Amino acid sequence: MDVACPFCSLICDDLVIQNKEGKLTVKENGCAKVKAHFAQPLPDVKPALKGKSCSIDEALEAAAKILKQSSQPLIAGLGTDIGGMRSVMHLADNIGATIDHMHSDGAIRNTLVLQDLGWVMTTMSEIKNRADFIIFAGTDASNYPRLFERIIWNKDSLFSSAKKRKLVYIGDKLNTSKGKSPEGKLPTVLKCEQEEINEIISVLHAIIAGNKIQPPKIAGISLAILQKLAKQMEEAKYGVIVWAPGELNFPHAELTIQSICELVKYLTRTTRFAGFTLAGGDGVMSANNVSAWQSGFPLRVNFSKGFPRHDVGRNSTKSLLKNKEVDALVWISSFSSNTKPPKAKIPTVVLAIPETKLDFKPDVFIPVATPGVDHSGQLIRTDNVVSLPLKKLRDSKYLSVSDILNRIIKLI
Amino acid sequence: MLIKLSGGTVYDPVHGINGEQRDIYLQDGYISRKPASSIKIDKTYDLNGKIIMAGAIDIHTHIGGGKVNIARMMLPEDHRADLVSKTKLTRSGCGHAAPSTLTAGYRYAEMGYTACFEPAMLPSNARQAHMEMADTPMVDKGAYAMLGSDDFFLRMLAAKKDREAISDYVGWTINATQAIAIKVVNPGGINAFKFNQRRLDLDEQNEHYGVSPREIIKSLARAVRELGVPHPLHLHGCNLGVPGNMQTTLDTINAVEGMPLHLTHVQFHSYGTEGDRKFSSGAAQIADAVNSNSNISIDVGQVLFGQTVTASGDTMMQYSGHWHAHPKKWVIMDIECDAGCGVVPFKYRDKNFVNALQWAIGLELFLLINDPWRIFLTTDHPNGAPFTSYPHLIRLLMDRSFRNDMLATINKNAAAASELSSIDREYTLYEIATMTRAAPARSLGLKNRGHLGGGAIADITVYNNLKNKEKMFEKPLYVFKNGVEIVKNGKIVKVVTGSTHTLRPDYDKSIEKSLKKYFDRYMTVKLGNFKIDDDEIVEHGNSNIIVQPCT
Repeated sequence: MDVACPFCSLICDDLVIQNKEGKLTVKENGCAKVKAHFAQPLPDVKPALKGKSCSIDEALEAAAKILKQSSQPLIAGLGTDIGGMRSVMHLADNIGATIDHMHSDGAIRNTLVLQDLGWVMTTMSEIKNRADFIIFAGTDASNYPRLFERIIWNKDSLFSSAKKRKLVYIGDKLNTSKGKSPEGKLPTVLKCEQEEINEIISVLHAIIAGNKIQPPKIAGISLAILQKLAKQMEEAKYGVIVWAPGELNFPHAELTIQSICELVKYLTRTTRFAGFTLAGGDGVMSANNVSAWQSGFPLRVNFSKGFPRHDVGRNSTKSLLKNKEVDALVWISSFSSNTKPPKAKIPTVVLAIPETKLDFKPDVFIPVATPGVDHSGQLIRTDNVVSLPLKKLRDSKYLSVSDILNRIIKLI
Repeated sequence: MLIKLSGGTVYDPVHGINGEQRDIYLQDGYISRKPASSIKIDKTYDLNGKIIMAGAIDIHTHIGGGKVNIARMMLPEDHRADLVSKTKLTRSGCGHAAPSTLTAGYRYAEMGYTACFEPAMLPSNARQAHMEMADTPMVDKGAYAMLGSDDFFLRMLAAKKDREAISDYVGWTINATQAIAIKVVNPGGINAFKFNQRRLDLDEQNEHYGVSPREIIKSLARAVRELGVPHPLHLHGCNLGVPGNMQTTLDTINAVEGMPLHLTHVQFHSYGTEGDRKFSSGAAQIADAVNSNSNISIDVGQVLFGQTVTASGDTMMQYSGHWHAHPKKWVIMDIECDAGCGVVPFKYRDKNFVNALQWAIGLELFLLINDPWRIFLTTDHPNGAPFTSYPHLIRLLMDRSFRNDMLATINKNAAAASELSSIDREYTLYEIATMTRAAPARSLGLKNRGHLGGGAIADITVYNNLKNKEKMFEKPLYVFKNGVEIVKNGKIVKVVTGSTHTLRPDYDKSIEKSLKKYFDRYMTVKLGNFKIDDDEIVEHGNSNIIVQPCT
């Protein structure tokens, strides 16, 4: 009853899951994607040193030895819960490591806007009960299967009627089928390249600010359509612009997010408007928050000088490996088996769920338990406000990321 | 382990001890009576000439929760100027306006504080607030749950639900969120802002619900009293920062009709409209009202000059203040049909008329309110200034010539508009011990803290007796937490975790029926997952829970 699902950042917490002799079945709620996740049986996998099975103690010793000998370690992946992340921070501080999450490319786009401009944001329950106008900018939310069911086409609402919600999509390759209301009303779709969203948002801002726009078409969309949209935005009582920073995947996409936030702030002068961000899974929101409260900085922090240094460009996994700035890698992935660690020519420790299939033999492999399935914990939701408790649903012989890292800290 | 603190000069207002030389004995974490002479003393500290007080308690400091973490994330430039290296004992982090949790804990302890209370915990964000507080070492923690703009409560009030039902809801909230008190911020105003209302005075109505802040304050103050919550309703009033809000504050004091009420960061609510700039001090009128209404307590929210960040639940007034953001970035969030938050960095300048007068108004309040049992020393960290400026503030209160030297450096028109130079009062050590130890402990219902009597928890601070009170209070000679020496000469010598103080008022559990229905229909979290288990606070060994008794 009321099981919280750890596999995407919506963290739907209404799942009913049955445990029959260790086999988990989603009985109620839950999307197709996670039904398969929960149904996966726990394979029997041993820790390994360069592909050769070993005991957990041997694996922990070997990992500790690698980290002791390293002068610039990188702890990446960071697919873990808050407890795991607390231990990551402790270890990183201890050994002078750099920390970076597998979905940081998206997260830092938001960070840059927060640090430069700030924003007006909202949360899931507010959208469910207040929103009357919703723009999807560059995302169709298909990675968040129950978003529409839960907060867009919801049956009950305190103040706004879901039936009257107006939906707009702006962007490329968007599947807009879920934007059709239960009564069959179709959303407005402005098709453009993802890189052109910024232009459209900026022109909407200019129209609302009362500026004269000369060109008859902007990014292939006629000015008249944008003028109509601008008017609808001004008339909205509680508008929301949704974006997924990880899906705005082109150079300097943070500037697109910046334009969205500027527009929302401008609209807030006269009506209520807010942003809402779809953060990406694998605990990226939790990692970002724990990093901020324990070090004072959001993700991409380096501890090599004995104090935290935040640099979103330099401290990325890709550039640190490419520029050979690190000499050992710890990769953590406790939710999904599809998050492949980078193949690096440096000593590598992989903490991953037992289902993980690697195409190389890391120096140390330790199978880990999944938070919210094999052990209890907490995760922070996509809106950066609500955190949910995760339950232990089955017995598992695998250790949690937190337990493993705490033991490594002791060995160091 | 039996420890003797020998020959120190003791200030313990709970027992009326005003600077007397006394020996204090600590046994197993508690203060004990003088043991029989046959019992061996394990360790003696010779404290002749030193000053001894209970550990200090901060009754209002934003140290944990979503808005603080947003402030941390958005201010890398502030943090880079105050990076903190790890040591053999302590973890790395950063300080100044929105310090990392670990650094905040270390610095509070190094300043002689042993307990800190987060005053604005949104129920929907309570889990994170507790996790951040659990990661704040050295000091005890506790939090006040925010109500008054949440739609569940406003629906009850609009539907004229009886007072028992409202008490049940308040009691449920304290239990579910592991809180120790109830806070209300711009009563109904955070909610009204979601309906695009931009101001809400004491008797104006929330347009959707048709209820006024006055009704909200009365309803919550009554519920808090009926539940036996020791700390009165903790109120951040209407019209924060608005010239002329002094009248709103005076009306608010009258509105509660004698019920206990705590007015927080009153400096921001004590403004008149006189003078060329239509901005003046209302401190004298507010002080008169506080002096003559014994049901009222306040904390000041003193402004001190420099860069800081304002973090508040008051979205309505933070939005209207965002034009003054420095640097020019700011965050507003609507949160979960519960409340909201606004984070606006700000730089208080001594040569700016308004900022300088705010500084003077805070000090006037301190000096014109007579009873140190009903006024607490705060800067509303980090809103008026970071908590690390407390020693400077104490010197301003204790040293009239220093205060007047400072007054001579601020904006001249502001200095002329303030009556500060004519106030002779200097706080005594006894009064400082009252307002930073005895009074906050009594107000929060912490019976065995804030004093040095037998049976009290041995949270103790020892100071060198220096003429310069800023130097004296910024670097205690020793701090003991639960009888363990944790700070020596202003530096950590042992890291401890600290406890979480909560309250478990009784309430009629059948309120959960209507709550469950409401959560299932309208919220995006299940009722059962909204509640915070004890296990979540004590796991990772970062904290333990102390349940304080209701009255």
